[in-house]
Amino acid sequence: MNYTTKNTNTDSYSIFEIAGPIMIGPSSSHTAGACKIGQMARALFHKQPGKVTFILHGSFAEVYQGHATDKALVAGIIRLKTGDPKIKHSFELAAKKGIEFQFKKGNLGPEYHPNTAKIIMEKNGRPNMTVIGSSIGGGKSKIVKIDDFPVDLNIQAGFKTIVVWHDNNKTHLTQLCNKIEKNGNNIHNIQTTTISKEAISIINTDGPDFTLSEIKKLEKQKGIKEIRSLIKLQQ
Amino acid sequence: MTRVYQVMQEAIQKGLKDKKSSSFGMASDNAKLSFKLLEKNQKTLLSPLAIKAMAYAIATGEHNCKMGRIVAFPTAGGSGVIPGSIIATQEEWELSEKKAINALFTATGIGLIIAKQSTFSAAKAGCQAEVGAATAMAAAALTEMRGGTPQQAINAAALALKNKLGLVCDPLGGLVAVPCIKRNGLGAVHALGASDLSIAGVKSFVPFDEVVQAMNNIGDLMSEKLKETALGGLATTKTGLKIREKMKLPKIKKR
Ligand code: SF4
Repeated sequence: MNYTTKNTNTDSYSIFEIAGPIMIGPSSSHTAGACKIGQMARALFHKQPGKVTFILHGSFAEVYQGHATDKALVAGIIRLKTGDPKIKHSFELAAKKGIEFQFKKGNLGPEYHPNTAKIIMEKNGRPNMTVIGSSIGGGKSKIVKIDDFPVDLNIQAGFKTIVVWHDNNKTHLTQLCNKIEKNGNNIHNIQTTTISKEAISIINTDGPDFTLSEIKKLEKQKGIKEIRSLIKLQQ
Repeated sequence: MTRVYQVMQEAIQKGLKDKKSSSFGMASDNAKLSFKLLEKNQKTLLSPLAIKAMAYAIATGEHNCKMGRIVAFPTAGGSGVIPGSIIATQEEWELSEKKAINALFTATGIGLIIAKQSTFSAAKAGCQAEVGAATAMAAAALTEMRGGTPQQAINAAALALKNKLGLVCDPLGGLVAVPCIKRNGLGAVHALGASDLSIAGVKSFVPFDEVVQAMNNIGDLMSEKLKETALGGLATTKTGLKIREKMKLPKIKKR
C-alpha cells in the first residue's frame, strides 16, 4: 500500500448540504446540481437572457437526458428551486418567457470535473456572458469560470456573497470593502482574479442582507463596474 | 431537520402507493411488491424490520426515479438507504420522531467526514461514494439510535463502507433507475447488518478514516467508463444496450 492521505477536497459543507438538498429527482449531481449551476449563471447574468447555449462536458454529456440535466439547467436559468416540481416543465416555461436554448456536447478539457457545463448567455444590447459550472456531488455546485476569469464560487449557507467586476486597482477595492463594512457586514474572505487591467472579486460577508439600492450605490464607486448579489440563492 | 424527515416520509408513502411505470419501465411497483411480503405474512428470511427498510428504501428510489421530491441524503441516487433503514427501525421499535431526527444528525456527521476526505460524486468515485457512503451513514445512525456508543457508531460505518468498496456506477442508459433503486433496497439491509455486527462487538480492523481514504484511492484507479458515464458494466450488457437504443443514445464504439 503506497498511497497517502489525500485531501481532494477543500470545499466546506454545511449540514444541509449533506442532509439535502430537498430536490426533485432523479440525480443530485445531474439534476439538483445542474439546477444550481443554472441558478448561479442567471444570478451572474442578472437579466433574463434571450438565448442560452449549454455545452455539456464529461458525464454530463453522456447521460444528461436520463437525468433531466437539460431540464434542470434550464430550470435554474428561470430561477426554479431544486425542490420545485415545475422543473419537469422547464422547457415549456422557458419558451413561454421567450428564452431560446440549445444543448451541445463538448470536451472542455481534463482539468474540469466530469460533471460540468459551460453556459453562454446572450441578450440584445448586452455583452454575452460565459459561465462554467461544475456539479461536485450530492447536489453541491460551483462556478469555476466567469468569462475568462477562473473563479471558485459556490453558494455557502450563512454567507452573503457578492461578485464584483472592477478594475485592477487595490485602492478601489479597499474603498468598496470599507463601504461594505460600514453597512454592518463583516467581510469573511475575498477572492480576486485579475487579467491585465480587469478583475473579478468574490466577497463573502455576513451580517444583514444587501438591498438592491445598496448594491446600486456600491456600484457607483470609482473603478467598480458591476456587482451581482447571490443572496437570493443563499436563503 | 424536521422538514428533511417530513420529505422522507412523504417520498416513502408516495413511492409505496405509486404503481405507474417510469419511462422505459425501469422503475415500477417494486416497493409495493416488497411491502406485501409483510401483509401476506409470508415466510421470509429477513425480519419484518429489514423487509420494511428494504421496501421503504425502494419506495424512495422509485419516487426519485419518477422525478418525485426526495432528500438527496447524501445524493439522490443513494437517497433511499437512510430513510428506509431509519424510518423502518423507528416504526418497528416504536421510537420517537426525535430519536429518528437525532439519528439523521449522526448520519450527517459521518457524511461530513466523507465529504471532507473524499467525495459523494459517482463521476469521481463510482457508486461506493453514493450508495456505499449512504450505507455507512445509515449504519452509524442506526447504531446511535439504538443506544450504541459513538465508537460503535463509527465502527458500524467502517464495517458498512468496507463492504461497499469498489462498487462502480453503471446505470442503464445513464438513468438513475437500474441498478440504483434496488441497490438502495439491499443497501438498507446492509446497513442494518453492519449495525448489528458493531453492537455485537465485531470491530472493523481498518478504522473508518482509512476506509474513506481507500474509497478515494479506489475511485482514482477506477475507469471513467464505470463512473456515471454509462459506458461500462451493467450499462453495456445486452439489456443495457437495448435501453440505450430505446433512448436513442449514440452507439458505444467498440475498442
Ligand atoms: S449506480 Fe450510479 S447513478 Fe446509480 S445510485 Fe449508484 S452511483 Fe448513483
